Amino acid sequence: MHLFAQSIIIGVLIGGVYALLASGMTMMFGVTRIINFAQAMFAIVCAYLSYSLFTHFGIDPFLSVAILMPVMFLFGYGVYSFLLRRLGKAGPAMALMVLFALGIGAQGVTDLVYGTNPITFTPSYANDSWVVFGFQIPAVRFFAFVMAVAVLGAFHLIRQHSKLGRALRATSQNPAAASLLGVDVQRMSAVATGLGFAAAGAAGPIYGLIFPFTGNSQYDLLSKLLTVMILGGLVSMPGVIIAAVFLGVVESVIAATLSPDWSSFSFLVALFIVLMVRPQGLFGGHRVQGALW
Amino acid sequence: MTAVRASRLRPSGLAQAAVFVVVLVVLPIAFPAQWLVNLFIFTAMFAGAAMAWNLIGGNAGYPALGNGGFFGVGAYAMAILTTHLGVGGGYWTFAWVIPIGIGTAIVFAPIGRLLLRTRAAVFAILTITLLFIGQTLAYNLASLTQGSLGITIPSPPFPPASYDQPFYYAMAALLALTVLFCWAVRNSKVGLALNAVRDDEDRARGLGVQTEMVKLFAFCSSAGLTAAFGAIWAYYVSFVFPGFAFDPILSLSVILFAFLGGVGSLWGPLVGALLIVPVQQYLAFRFGASHLYLIAYAAVFLIVIYLLPNGIVPSGRQYLTKVWRLRSGPTTPDAALLVSNVTARDSR
Repeated sequence: MHLFAQSIIIGVLIGGVYALLASGMTMMFGVTRIINFAQAMFAIVCAYLSYSLFTHFGIDPFLSVAILMPVMFLFGYGVYSFLLRRLGKAGPAMALMVLFALGIGAQGVTDLVYGTNPITFTPSYANDSWVVFGFQIPAVRFFAFVMAVAVLGAFHLIRQHSKLGRALRATSQNPAAASLLGVDVQRMSAVATGLGFAAAGAAGPIYGLIFPFTGNSQYDLLSKLLTVMILGGLVSMPGVIIAAVFLGVVESVIAATLSPDWSSFSFLVALFIVLMVRPQGLFGGHRVQGALW
Repeated sequence: MTAVRASRLRPSGLAQAAVFVVVLVVLPIAFPAQWLVNLFIFTAMFAGAAMAWNLIGGNAGYPALGNGGFFGVGAYAMAILTTHLGVGGGYWTFAWVIPIGIGTAIVFAPIGRLLLRTRAAVFAILTITLLFIGQTLAYNLASLTQGSLGITIPSPPFPPASYDQPFYYAMAALLALTVLFCWAVRNSKVGLALNAVRDDEDRARGLGVQTEMVKLFAFCSSAGLTAAFGAIWAYYVSFVFPGFAFDPILSLSVILFAFLGGVGSLWGPLVGALLIVPVQQYLAFRFGASHLYLIAYAAVFLIVIYLLPNGIVPSGRQYLTKVWRLRSGPTTPDAALLVSNVTARDSR
């Protein structure tokens, strides 16, 4: 029982990181209808960059987030403006493949620069942990969770309480009407892509702190994020966050009670079961089929 | 309708087929060097896998990302059949390729039925998830697949000097079968129905097209053909490992070849594979395995998508039509118009 509760705590803490990455994808999807197949790889690229900043300049991984987020925002803005925007009619499905190709190309670059051996970086507090009511709470995972919640909160504030956020929400609800009312839809799409990439910039370094990673880890992470997206209903931010935490817990409980080999498998099976019972995802308002196009 | 009639069995089509078969047969006799035959084997394999992807991805317009998974299923089926059950041996092992293909198509029919309820991006997600599930199973069902150790398939006792030849002819025969199959589908009512699904699925269903059935047919035949190529591949390399057999990069490369050559056209995926695979194999042969090919794949993919969106085959045909129309002048405006309509439809 203690083991069970302990693994739930660990799962919730990990779920925060997944929630941050997946909500970036949701933010981008809501406005552009594009699923970012490169989100996992860009997070890993950020983990590598943060590793370099840490080993060469001694910049703490949590501080490097402040550098990586704006950089990734600009990168995402550029990717939308120069690549995705030009796809025209073939649009979202094509953009998904373009992003997938970008992710694979990025893996080629990281494999070339950093090699293919798993990387772990160990700041001084890497092995610290606190004992609260008999449960062990690793410091790194706790800080990662706090960080994820803080960034998610910032995203929430931007979306709900700023002029930009109102334009973003308007575009995702009805692009034609928003554009009639003077919202620059293409610019909003670029901003949403930038924010989605910035989430990868924030989550990458903390992902790298928690897990050993290589370029090839992108597929493992990608499959989790895609599952979270579908379970959360693609467009619903709270849905995606709940799905991320839920799956973080399921993964961690299965790893602790059955075997770590099957923990990532649980994500995929959950996805198929949900799809059979509720094709629209757990929280999506629309049917998956009709919600897209 | 014009698109269908235009590519029905004609003398020029028969000539194309004859040239294709002769080239396939003669190639390893004309160039018997082992590294060249090896290159031909991989080219034929990728060309066939790209044509198989084209059935669901091009003709039906569903962005399938899981074909690397079917390839892995075929490869593991071959490895398990030959090692655990000890069937086949020597040339007889090739007899299992077609049953593996048909078996895979049947096994994935219920799953396909489920997946095809979704469209576009969600379909892409679910198909790539299928690939990840296959890979995880291959790692974890250790009693069957030996997990991360991989399975070594005993090498057949072919004479060392011409060891690669039987594998080449198996790949070539399967490729010819794939071409024939894709041609037959394109020229049947099923092909027409698939194009209707691609253009406007809801309207097609409203008009009474059996959309569910034809989509499932395209999905399952794509899966079966890809698995058959995976089965020969496993026998040829005589070693399967989850990471190599279930490879997301294979999913992307077949899409790349199809888009380069011309997605939805009959010969397009083959042309795309012919242009890229030999270069990639040659570079790997000369400079050893490197990660550069990941970067090169991504770069070529982006170049194709942005600079050559119709692919080589449809663009080339459009160009020829234009030349032909100029030459034939204003005397036969109707025929020229008809042909330009045909190419406009073909190249979508």
